Amino acid sequence: MNDDHQSAHPGNGLRESATFDRATIHAIQRAAATGVYDIRGWGAKRKLPHFDDLLLLGASMSRYPLEGYRERCDTDVVLGARNAKHPLRLDIPVTIAGMSFGALSAQAKEALGRGASEAGTSTTTGDGGMTREERGHSKHLVYQYLPSRYGMNPDDLRAADAIEVVLGQGAKPGGGGMLLGQKITERVAGMRTLPVGIDQRSACRHPDWTGPDDLAIKIRELREITDWEKPVYVKVGATRTYYDVKLAVHAGADVVVVDGMQGGTAATQDVFIEHVGIPTLAALPQAVQALQELGVHREVQLIVSGGIRGGADMAKALALGADAVAIGTAALIALGDNHPRYDAQYRELGSAAGFYDDYQDGRDPAGISTQDEELAARLDPVEGGRRIANFLRVMTMEAQTLARACGKAHLHHLEPEDLVALTIESAAMARVPLAGTNWIPGMTGSGL
Amino acid sequence: MEALTGAVPTEVHDLATASVRDLNQALHTPGVAKRAAHWRVLNPRGAHSVACGLNEELTVAVEGHVGYYCAGMNQLAAVTVHGNAGVGVAENMMSGSVRVRGNASQSAGATAHGGLLVIEGDAAARCGISMKGVDIVVGGSVGHMSAFMGQAGRLVVCGDAGDALGDSLYEARIYVRGRVKSLGADCVEKPVRDEHLAELTGLLAAAGMDADPASFRRYGSARRLYHFQADNAY
Repeated sequence: MNDDHQSAHPGNGLRESATFDRATIHAIQRAAATGVYDIRGWGAKRKLPHFDDLLLLGASMSRYPLEGYRERCDTDVVLGARNAKHPLRLDIPVTIAGMSFGALSAQAKEALGRGASEAGTSTTTGDGGMTREERGHSKHLVYQYLPSRYGMNPDDLRAADAIEVVLGQGAKPGGGGMLLGQKITERVAGMRTLPVGIDQRSACRHPDWTGPDDLAIKIRELREITDWEKPVYVKVGATRTYYDVKLAVHAGADVVVVDGMQGGTAATQDVFIEHVGIPTLAALPQAVQALQELGVHREVQLIVSGGIRGGADMAKALALGADAVAIGTAALIALGDNHPRYDAQYRELGSAAGFYDDYQDGRDPAGISTQDEELAARLDPVEGGRRIANFLRVMTMEAQTLARACGKAHLHHLEPEDLVALTIESAAMARVPLAGTNWIPGMTGSGL
Repeated sequence: MEALTGAVPTEVHDLATASVRDLNQALHTPGVAKRAAHWRVLNPRGAHSVACGLNEELTVAVEGHVGYYCAGMNQLAAVTVHGNAGVGVAENMMSGSVRVRGNASQSAGATAHGGLLVIEGDAAARCGISMKGVDIVVGGSVGHMSAFMGQAGRLVVCGDAGDALGDSLYEARIYVRGRVKSLGADCVEKPVRDEHLAELTGLLAAAGMDADPASFRRYGSARRLYHFQADNAY
């Protein structure tokens, strides 16, 4: 848990193995003691090339900036106008990613809806159906269509503002889901048609289609059921992103959602979270390339998620060609997840504020990833909604500040030319030059 | 579309001259059942998504073969396919009934929550996959992985069942009259008691199947996978 081994044993000459560091040693010891692999929440915790490895080039002699917070820098985005009668028109290009009722408390889902609505954006259901709290407090609600089809019904489908066909998520592409028995309360079980208290497995394959040709027919069915009113998203975990995006577009997606491996989960094997998928930074340019080659970049919108933490990440993702970003883990943190005020209780659970990732246990002191009524009651949905709205506003203002500095009157005017990379890896993945050079590894020569 | 005169007014929609979109839009019109409760669909010729998303007490007779997802997410309506049905007939049905006079392709009744699905012929693989409360009666045989992860409802198979029947089953109940090639993970044979004979009798009667309930065997979940542990992490 403590990466700074020097602080643990300062000056005593002890040397920690880079290969068998303390986290690795603990993992081996835990496995030997329990005989069960580790299941946890959150996303990949390993260091990965990310948006921190990119920098924006502000205006200079050859670029003309816009005035601070005064000159107009628009933020609106339209999602799903390709086929839907009623596309989503959002005020800001950051949305709340899919998280299930079951994984999260009803209060948390309501707070996410309240905050998103106040900030003028959408929130998303998850692998557990649509709750009345969520629908009631979400101006724009995206209804996920998942392999499990838990709680799936045509009334909710028609009540949604958009439909997101989920093929996978960044934390576990190719994996299904799990919700351990301690979170399967009577209400959760009822919505999922499962016995109370059992460990519940969510399927990893859709039950009635396989492959992109079938998906095209499935999407048409969803459009027929909803009379072609709703945008249809297709969400993929980032792996073979270039091909997945092309196939999603061919299948008829109005919006493609790409979730990188830093994307969070409520419960997945640690080995899966850390070792499957590719970073968001590597996936995004692949997705944009696929859309551009098909001639539908900006016509089919691209939403990118997985480790989006603030306005800088958002601005850089948009500059690389995304139409919007989505947040999950950051939204939970904004709600109060891992807050220092719960540190003592995190420690009782064997964790600490800033490290807590046991969303699967249902004992979340912050009342977010739990179905325990007493714990869930700690989260006031109104206050939580205010915090979400605040965070979304700050993200947007930060992105606007950066965009204005680059001379952009709309966040979507940001472009790859506004970016450079700090490392060779990030330059290669993001396909922007290494700072101070013209070199894009894999694409250009190595000279200045 | 034309209205036929007679004792029971029936709307006729010919897919040789009009689109599936037109058909479904008409069937989705609020209050459609008051205007025309009975519909005939001609020349489906394998079209997909025929009569999906219905939400009123209609009867729809589809006169020919249909493609994928016929009567998908059906609520309240009674749909009869006078032919064969493609993938996912009556997928996610909530209520009402769907009858296929011929055979059905894979994933028939997938994830369906309620209602009655009758397939007079055979059903291919994954019949009743992830079923969540629907009753399915198959006059012939079903393919492999049928009732996979079935959560609730009843699957009655008058013929044989393919490999891995009821794999990873939750609380769905399965009755098979013929041979079961193999059972899936955590699916076991269970005794047929009086209450099972009674429900089987009712299901067969509802489906119009002439089969002796006493000739069926019952299968269900052993519930050994209900709690995660090292031994069932394959």
